[in-house]
Amino acid sequence: MVGGPWEPVIGLECHVELNTRTKMFCSCPNRFGAEPNTDTCPVCLGHPGSLPVPNREAIARIILIGLALGSTIAARSIFHRKHYFYPDMPKNFQISQYDLPICVGGALEIDLPDGSAKRVGITRVHMEEDTGKTTHASASGRIHDAAHALVDYNRAGVPLVECVSEPDLRSPEEAGAYLRELRALLGALGVSDVRMEEGSLRCDANVSVRPVGSDELGTKIEIKNLNSVRSLERALAYEIDRQTRALEAGEVLVQETRHWDEDAGRTTVMRSKEEAFDYRYFPEPDIPPIEPDPAWIEELRARLPELPRARRDRYVREHGLRPEVARVLVADPGASDLFERTVALGAPPERAANWITQDLAALRKAGEGRVGPEHLAELIAMLDRGEITGASAKVALEEAFATGDPVPVIVERRGLAALADADALAEAVRAAIDAHPDAVERFRAGNEGVLGFLVGQVMRATGGTADPRRVADLLRERLG
Amino acid sequence: MSRGSPDLCDLSASELGARLAAGEITCAELAESSLRRIEAVEPRLGAFLTRTPELARERAVELDAYLAAGGPRTSASGIPTALKDVLTTRGVRTTCGSRILADYVPPYDATAWARLSGAGAVLVGKTNCDEFAMGSSNEHSAFGPVRNPWDLERVPGGSSGGSAAAVAAGEAVWALGTDTGGSVRQPAALCGIVGLKPTYGRVSRYGLIAFASSLDTVGCFTRSVRDAALLLRAIAGHDARDATSLDAPVEHPGRDLEAGVAGMRIGLVAGALEEGVEPGVREAVRTALDRLAALGAELEEVALPHAEHALSAYYLIAPSEASSNLARYDGVRYGVRAAGEHTDVAEMMARTRGRGFGPEVKRRVILGTYALSAGYYEAYYGQAQRVRTLIIRDYEAAFERVDVLVSPTSPTTAFRLGERLDDPLAMYLSDIFTIPANLAGVPAVSVPCGFADGLPVGLQITGPPLAEARILRAASALEADLGLDLRPPLLASL
Ligand SMILES: [Zn+2]
Repeated sequence: MVGGPWEPVIGLECHVELNTRTKMFCSCPNRFGAEPNTDTCPVCLGHPGSLPVPNREAIARIILIGLALGSTIAARSIFHRKHYFYPDMPKNFQISQYDLPICVGGALEIDLPDGSAKRVGITRVHMEEDTGKTTHASASGRIHDAAHALVDYNRAGVPLVECVSEPDLRSPEEAGAYLRELRALLGALGVSDVRMEEGSLRCDANVSVRPVGSDELGTKIEIKNLNSVRSLERALAYEIDRQTRALEAGEVLVQETRHWDEDAGRTTVMRSKEEAFDYRYFPEPDIPPIEPDPAWIEELRARLPELPRARRDRYVREHGLRPEVARVLVADPGASDLFERTVALGAPPERAANWITQDLAALRKAGEGRVGPEHLAELIAMLDRGEITGASAKVALEEAFATGDPVPVIVERRGLAALADADALAEAVRAAIDAHPDAVERFRAGNEGVLGFLVGQVMRATGGTADPRRVADLLRERLG
Repeated sequence: MSRGSPDLCDLSASELGARLAAGEITCAELAESSLRRIEAVEPRLGAFLTRTPELARERAVELDAYLAAGGPRTSASGIPTALKDVLTTRGVRTTCGSRILADYVPPYDATAWARLSGAGAVLVGKTNCDEFAMGSSNEHSAFGPVRNPWDLERVPGGSSGGSAAAVAAGEAVWALGTDTGGSVRQPAALCGIVGLKPTYGRVSRYGLIAFASSLDTVGCFTRSVRDAALLLRAIAGHDARDATSLDAPVEHPGRDLEAGVAGMRIGLVAGALEEGVEPGVREAVRTALDRLAALGAELEEVALPHAEHALSAYYLIAPSEASSNLARYDGVRYGVRAAGEHTDVAEMMARTRGRGFGPEVKRRVILGTYALSAGYYEAYYGQAQRVRTLIIRDYEAAFERVDVLVSPTSPTTAFRLGERLDDPLAMYLSDIFTIPANLAGVPAVSVPCGFADGLPVGLQITGPPLAEARILRAASALEADLGLDLRPPLLASL
């Protein structure tokens, strides 16, 4: 038996729900979270006699994705029917693509932890339709003892793009970096909500293990049910370890599809190669070939925004941001946009980036806010001019996030202006010293740490409007 | 030798249109005439699966009021219309002649019907057909056969047998059917009426419950060539809901009906009057060709070298597409679900399909599933598509030499009920002359051209894509010249 060291060979198949206004082959709304079976019609329910008509905007979006990945946009591509019986698939076939996808080839460049870049090949990007969702109703929530199943067809017919990578990835971390980069790219293109938790970005991984230096591919295992970058990385690490141990023990691996169990932290067999479906692909007779006009493709090319990689490089080069900060900013199109507009108003880039990726990011996690570039630029300017303190700035930001009111108005209304009155400040310092003789004692005995406590007391007494550095200086002066 | 005295429902749509316009008759009278005829003959014919007398009366009254108020009349206004039960009708049961859709009420109208209905046509009912349009005798309907008004012991042809019989017997003035391999033309020939299969894509397939998507067309049954032109005009044209519908202008298919055939080059398909064609059919077709020549047409024989493979190609392509199109009937969302407890959803689907589909549908679904299987696809479906391409080229070459092609519509007249039921291959041969036009997507019409042993014979006239006006022109010239009495004997007994 061949011994180690071993290397994993990984390729990813990602499914992306496009955020078009309507579904792929009918005019039903494409949205998440509507009442079950309300966004449906004869076409997406597969009623007898209904026919699919391709959504031009969805085709435009997959072409945009292809252009961003450097794919060749096929002059002629066709839809195929992929057959298997499943209740959440209304026609018992899925309209997909087979040997003539819309986008062929291309690459996605990812950044590795050591700072180097890696080019991951793209095999193909094709267009298809999503299925409905089945809920198995049983006391235990498990399929096999469910008395009945409920199907929601709202998702049936939602435009779905499948992006297949070459088996170029060599570690779980590389796979994670690829998925993050793809998510950022799709987000920047604005073609999808790319929310893994809502299923608008889904990922299956193909992984095999082989001796380092070998050109041959090992037995390929497909892993399904990967719902986050973290579960992708964990599942791959588990699977690479499992396969390596098996090979070292002299076992022969069989081609199969495995299911990732997030809670148990392991993969289990879903189906073997023998149980694989014969999808009976054949050209969809209801849809003529897709032959995009070259002029239209050029129009779409002109619509391409700056892509994440180029944008990150520019943030580092032009704005002097640290690469990690640039990455966090660019991964979120909303944040990146706010950053650009704040800087355009004259705010120092690094300060703007820090506010956006830290305090504001924390607020945005909880929900939508009303902070625009003016708020941030003003906040930073007032801070720089010493008109508010850092603590007050945070309070002002929170209020601006909630109300959208201008920062000076909030500062005025909430009395957040920095305490400029020397007498008032001196009075607050004196009061703190008088109120905490023990602390004063300890400081004088050489315990420097107590100073922070006293500064805190003054800050609290002044509602955060005092400048903490001045307070510290005054305390040292008094106690020195 | 006129049989019985004609009722309103025996007249052509164009004549009825003139009488309505002149105020001599009302839509209500017309509807009643049709409904009376249905009452009278339906127990013997079985042409309808669902009758809609209340809807028809309501609609007719509504139309009379509309026309009286000065509303514009169209050539479809008030015309009693029957629809093959594979065309969806909102709120009216649509079964496809199958148990699996025995209770299915569509939520929408087929585009062809929506257009016709919008133009004022009056629906009198949904007609019987072979299950999912698979058959050539109407004996594969789950709800019993239809009988031929010319001889009640014989089949009306299929799969649109109910529509053909209904129009021949005056139950409707005209009807829509569907033609995938001859399902409009063959029953039209066997029932002695006009059957028009338009160019693929000329009429929207939206709401035509699919049998074989790349071959299916909506077709017209009428008792005159002029009516066929009027009916086609009412339903033709681009439809945004059907991506395969043609975005080409619709010229009036009846614009050349009076133009005659002088100078028209007519090609007889080589071999079309040889072995396998009944002598009586041969004779009637020869006589018709002589008449066309006498009217000034130039006749010659034209070969379609690959047409001999058409039947084989068709019986791979059509079942393959059918196996896919019929996958949706699983009892989950609509239709009849097999009763009883099921251990899982796969069993529920299997039982539903096992009990819901009849033997001919199962035969074709199995054939198609096999032909599309991994490892067989290229040898079967792929090869059949290549044959199809060759047949399209045959037609292109033929239409460089001649204006239209002619052949018998069917090699035989109406055969006896049960005669071919146990012999699928003999049944499949009924469509030997009609199938090539579906594979090539070209228009073809069957027009009555005589009788053999008292049974009607049809002549098929085929043209290049979108040349409906041309084939109807030839058909009209022949119709006028022959002046056949096409009232079936059934009506004499009324
Ligand atoms: Zn829909």
